[in-house]
Amino acid sequence: MKGYLGIDVGSVSTNLVVLDEHDEVITSLYLRTMGQPIKVVQEGLRQIAETLGSAVEIAGAGTTGSARYLTSVMVGADAVKNEITAHAIAASRFVPEARTIIEIGGQDSKIIILRNGVVVDFAMNTVCAAGTGSFLDQQAARLNIPIERFGELAIRSQHPVRIAGRCAVFAESDMIHKQQLGHSLEDIVAGLCDALVRNYLNNVGKGKDILPPVVFQGGVAANVGIKHAFEKALGVEITVPTYYNVMGAVGAALIAKEAVSRTQQTHFKGFAVTEVKYQARSFECKGCANCCEVIQFYQDDRVIARWGDRCGKWEAMVI
Amino acid sequence: MKISFPRMGNSFIAFKMLINSLGHEAIVPPAPSERTLSLGVRYAPEFACIPFKILLGTYLEAIELGTEMIITSGGVGPCRAGYYGVLHQMILNDLGHKVKIMVIEPPLRDIFGFIRNVKTLIKPTRIGWRTFWHHLKTAWEKLVALDDIERISHQVRPYEVNRGETTKVYERVLQMLDEARNIQEITEARVEGERLLRQIPCDYNRPTLKVGIIGEIYVVIEPFANHDLQVTLESMGVETQRAIYLSGYTRDCFVFDSEHDVKKAAAPYLNELIGGHGINSVGETVLYARHGFDGVVQLAPFACIPEIVAKSILPKVSHDLGIPVLTLFIDEQTGKAGIQTRLEAFVDLLWQRRQMMEVRPAI
Repeated sequence: MKGYLGIDVGSVSTNLVVLDEHDEVITSLYLRTMGQPIKVVQEGLRQIAETLGSAVEIAGAGTTGSARYLTSVMVGADAVKNEITAHAIAASRFVPEARTIIEIGGQDSKIIILRNGVVVDFAMNTVCAAGTGSFLDQQAARLNIPIERFGELAIRSQHPVRIAGRCAVFAESDMIHKQQLGHSLEDIVAGLCDALVRNYLNNVGKGKDILPPVVFQGGVAANVGIKHAFEKALGVEITVPTYYNVMGAVGAALIAKEAVSRTQQTHFKGFAVTEVKYQARSFECKGCANCCEVIQFYQDDRVIARWGDRCGKWEAMVI
Repeated sequence: MKISFPRMGNSFIAFKMLINSLGHEAIVPPAPSERTLSLGVRYAPEFACIPFKILLGTYLEAIELGTEMIITSGGVGPCRAGYYGVLHQMILNDLGHKVKIMVIEPPLRDIFGFIRNVKTLIKPTRIGWRTFWHHLKTAWEKLVALDDIERISHQVRPYEVNRGETTKVYERVLQMLDEARNIQEITEARVEGERLLRQIPCDYNRPTLKVGIIGEIYVVIEPFANHDLQVTLESMGVETQRAIYLSGYTRDCFVFDSEHDVKKAAAPYLNELIGGHGINSVGETVLYARHGFDGVVQLAPFACIPEIVAKSILPKVSHDLGIPVLTLFIDEQTGKAGIQTRLEAFVDLLWQRRQMMEVRPAI
């Protein structure tokens, strides 16, 4: 059987999926990046190879996420796509009539506006990360609640407190203040969910035409508290797709499938890449006043890619 | 006297000539770098915008090279940039530097101040007004030539067959322009430069998108501030056109005739001067839409009020005229990777949109 591999390497999580020829998910994997994308991708591929056995042959591979270029060189990807497009493609495949996608990941939150399956507008948080998964994670840890229980706690609240949510630092100090006043944990957690949703709609969603059906994906979509807060704020029902937390990887796999349907061959290096030693090092080019930081990517001791320079002097030497 | 000035794109080549020809020694500030930014961020108020910070860093680096005076421009309308010269002066003095900042306001607004400033410049070197006028004209010619050449480079780069070639040739042409000493030599260098750029092997059958770039002047013009946005887009096969060149709007080779057009185009949406380039950003988006561009990228320093006003109006323009707009706010926290991701997604969006329009032509 043929399979298509999609890898989404974000700042917080690394996700891998394998789709079959009918775009059904054969297997999916959600791992923590822990700041070590190379190691985690190799670990992920090892686990995927184990699950698949010899029954599935990888006919195409695609990468996305902030480490998409690095990963594509590692595994030999047929397609490299930014996470915005990848998420849009995955969402419109599983929820074909979707017109708005809310995507909240570890570091980024985005809104994607689709009309007739085509992206017509998007936005991504820029200078503020108060409305992202990492912040929720951190607050859950501080309150000593497992992140999985965060949401159910929130929806039990009858009187959510109002928390200033514009900036993560201020949101935290406001939360502490509300705690010291004696508010219940449920009300505080629910207040935090409301605050994040308010922050998202005021920053990321500002000026956007939010129309139903609304799809909510990314790791945070697991949080029923946030989902509930969005439904309250928007007054519409929100769909969380089955593979909500690996949609970027699904998109990358779909794009790879399309790419190989044109080229009729894959560049995928095979699962053997889990055994290879990869390493990235950088140097500052002194060729001109730009002083670009050039990154060299090694496979064993051989440079297999360079990037980061503005003039193309080094990048052109990709081997 | 050793005189320096703000650095914005390649305009330094013209300013250097002007200052030298007036009998002073021009100190060309180094191209803005991470070091410039760190210096600026260290001494600037946190909530000042990024142009303020990069300029402060630039001045500090120019002072290291022995600068005694810095010439900069003022601002028109209600934008805090008009006070930046004053604030820079105070910060530099507090740091113990004796440097003097001369702020030249547009002559039509303050003709006496302009005359006074020019007098300070030409008196010590005993240059008459006529000669001053001649040198100013020559420098203006050079500035115009620099902008023309840059414009051509933006037309060629998206189509180049060998990646990076345009940039290489462009650097050489800049060198040629730098060496030209009078109007005749400037014209020759410009003609030759254009010829060299047009000779670059190109594939004009390659499908490309056309994107207009608008926003606040400094972040639009200085590649360091905008993470080399134009070249980045062009290497994705996008032809870019920038609304702002230092030599102004009154160039016939440019799509827009004059700033008057821009204001007229903006009028249905914004009919009031809000400072900076706010009104231009709205008007230019309208014009780019009318000229059939695929999209517009708005560049703005974080917290820039005129651009924030423009940004809140642009969704309406975008909706009415059917032109996608991507807004990028820039400050010292902005990373290149984030810009790259957003640009890639924007380019995908524009391609999809064009495909859709080709399948279903406008009714």
